[in-house]
Amino acid sequence: MASITLRNVDKVYAGGVQAVRNVSLDVADGELVVLVGPSGCGKSTLLRMIAGLESITGGEIRIGERRVNELEPAERDIAMVFQNYALYPHMTVFDNLAYGLRNRGVPRAEIDRRVDEAARLLEIEPFLARKPRALSGGQRQRVAMGRAIVREPQAFLFDEPLSNLDAKLRNQMRIEIRQLQRRLGTTSVYVTHDQLEAMTLADLLVVMNKGEVEQVGPPLDVYERPASVFVAGFIGAPAMNLIEAKAVNGRLTAGSGALDLPAPAGVDTVRVGVRPEHLHFGSADGAGLTLGLTVDAIEPVGAETYLHGHLDGSPRTTLIVRVAGKSLIPPGTRIDTHAAAGDVHLFDIATGKRLPD
Amino acid sequence: MIERSHLGNVLAHLILIIGVVIICFPVYVAVIGSTHDATTIANGNMPLVPGGHFLENYYRILFEGTKSTTREPVATMLLNSLIMAMMIAVGKIAISLLSAYAIVYFRFRFRMVAFWVIFITLMLPVEVRIYPTYKVIADLHMLDTYTGLTLPLIASATATLLFRQFFMTVPDELVEASKIDGAGPVKFFFDTLLPLSRTTMAALFVILFIYGWNQYLWPILITTRDDMQTIVIGIKKMLAVVDALTEWQLVMATAVLAMLPPVVVVVAMQNLFIKGLTETEK
Repeated sequence: MASITLRNVDKVYAGGVQAVRNVSLDVADGELVVLVGPSGCGKSTLLRMIAGLESITGGEIRIGERRVNELEPAERDIAMVFQNYALYPHMTVFDNLAYGLRNRGVPRAEIDRRVDEAARLLEIEPFLARKPRALSGGQRQRVAMGRAIVREPQAFLFDEPLSNLDAKLRNQMRIEIRQLQRRLGTTSVYVTHDQLEAMTLADLLVVMNKGEVEQVGPPLDVYERPASVFVAGFIGAPAMNLIEAKAVNGRLTAGSGALDLPAPAGVDTVRVGVRPEHLHFGSADGAGLTLGLTVDAIEPVGAETYLHGHLDGSPRTTLIVRVAGKSLIPPGTRIDTHAAAGDVHLFDIATGKRLPD
Repeated sequence: MIERSHLGNVLAHLILIIGVVIICFPVYVAVIGSTHDATTIANGNMPLVPGGHFLENYYRILFEGTKSTTREPVATMLLNSLIMAMMIAVGKIAISLLSAYAIVYFRFRFRMVAFWVIFITLMLPVEVRIYPTYKVIADLHMLDTYTGLTLPLIASATATLLFRQFFMTVPDELVEASKIDGAGPVKFFFDTLLPLSRTTMAALFVILFIYGWNQYLWPILITTRDDMQTIVIGIKKMLAVVDALTEWQLVMATAVLAMLPPVVVVVAMQNLFIKGLTETEK
C-alpha cells in the first residue's frame, strides 16, 4: 500500500491540446479518491498518466516514495480495471487472473493460492475454467477486479468500471467495490462521469473541468459548499438552481422582484445558487431567499416530486423545486418559495468562483 | 424469416441445383475420363460411365510417368507443389504477421511511409516485376531451388493488410492490460495477439495455399530440371506432345490428383476458415 502524490502535473498532446493542466493532488494511503467530471475533462488522461499508459509532459507523479514518471506501467506496481474489462478473450478466467503473476515469476503454488483467494472473495470460483465469452457483464466485471486483486498492488486504478453495466447491477457493484476497497485497504483512484457514483464511493472527491481541478474535498463538503458554479451545477441531481441577480439598495433582486435576498457588502451582480431540496413553500422572513416561480411541468418520481418552473418575470430562468412525496400542483400555478440564508450559495459572475461567506 | 411460397422454394432450389451441376459436371467428366484407356477417349466420344482402367492409370501417372513423352512421374510434382504451396502460405503468414504488428503497434519514424511502400507493392504483382525478380534470383543462384521458387511470392502485401485490419480491431485496452500485467512486446505478440489471430491465420492459410498451389508463370520460369517441376506445369507439358496422341486419360488423372490437396485443405480448415472471415467477437 502506498500514497499517491501528483505535483503540478501537465499533459499536452502532440497536436498542442492541453488535456491536463497543473494538477496537484495527494491521495493518502488506503484512501479511495474519485475523479469526476464531464467527458473530455482530462480525468481519464490523468488516471492513465498515473498508470503509465500516457507520458507525463510536466510535473511529477509519486507512488509511495518512488518517482514513477519514467517507469513502465508494469514497474509501477499498480493494477487497473478497464471500462470494457479488457479480459484476454482466449484465456480462461483462471489464466486471466494468473497471467500478470506468471509474467512476474511468482511461484506456482503462490499463484494458485492468490487466485483461489480472489475467486472466493469475488464469488467467481465456479467460472475459473470458463472463457470470458461465457460470462455475463457483471461476472466479467468481477474477473477484471480479480485480476487487479491477485496482484496485491500498491494501488488500484479504476477507469469507469461500471459504465457498461445496467443500472441495477451498477448499484450493486458500486457497493461491492466500496466494501472490497475498505476490506483490502488498497489506495485507489477511481474515474467516473457519474456524480452519484462519485458521491457514494469517494473518501475524497476531485471535480475536474477542462483539464483542471475545480475542487477537492470530502463528497458532502463538496456538495454543501461547491467552490464554483461548475461544481455547483455538476454535483447533485437534479442540478442546483443558478440565477443571475443584481444588487439594488442592499437587496439582491432578479425577475422584477421575484427573487429577493439581502446583498453582501460590495457586491454588484452575482450568481445565486440554491439546491432544489432547499426551496420550501411560503415567503422568507427577510434574512433568507425568496423566490417566486410559475410551475411549467411536474415530474413525479415516487418518493418525491420535481416541480419544473421559471422565475416570475424571467421566463428563461428555469428552476427546479424538490417536494417530498406527491404534489398536486397543476402546471401554470404561481408559487412562492423560500430558502434559509445558510442554504444559499453566491458565485462571482466573471470568475464563477464562490464568494466568501 | 418471412414465410416463403412453395413455388419460390422450388425455384430457388432449381437455380442452386443448376449452379451445382454446371460446376460439378466438368469435374465428373475428368474423373470418369481418368478411368478409361487412351483409345476410348481418343475416338471422340467422351464416356459418361466409369471405365475399368482406374487403378492402372493412377499407378502409371503417379509412379511411371507418361509413355510417349517420357515425363517424370507425377508423385514428384505433387511433392514439389506441396512444398511450394506450404512454404508460400506459411512464409507469407509469418512475414505478414510481423510487419503488420510493427505497423499497427509501434510508433517509429517513417511508419506511414513503410505502410505505403507495402501498400504500393499490391499494385505490382509478380508478373509486372518478373524480369528483375528473375535476374535477382538467377544471380543469387537460386534457380531450381525451393527458395527461389517461393521467396519472391512470399513477399507481398495482401496478407499484411489483412492482418493490419484485424489488429486494428483488437481493443487497445488489451495492449494496456498486457503492459500492466508485465508483458513486453514479444510476450504480448505470442501470448495474446497470435492466439487471437488464429482464425484469421487459418482463413489466410487456405487462400494462400491455393494461391501457391496454382502458381504457373513463376515456376515455369524458375525451374528447368524435370524433378523440380510443379504439378500445374506438369499438366501443361503433358498436353504438348510431338508426333503422338495426348494421353488424355493420364492428363485427367493428373488434374484430379492436382485438385485433391487444395480440397483437403479447404475441407480440413472449413470451420476455422468461415470463422476467420465472419467472426467479430473479440
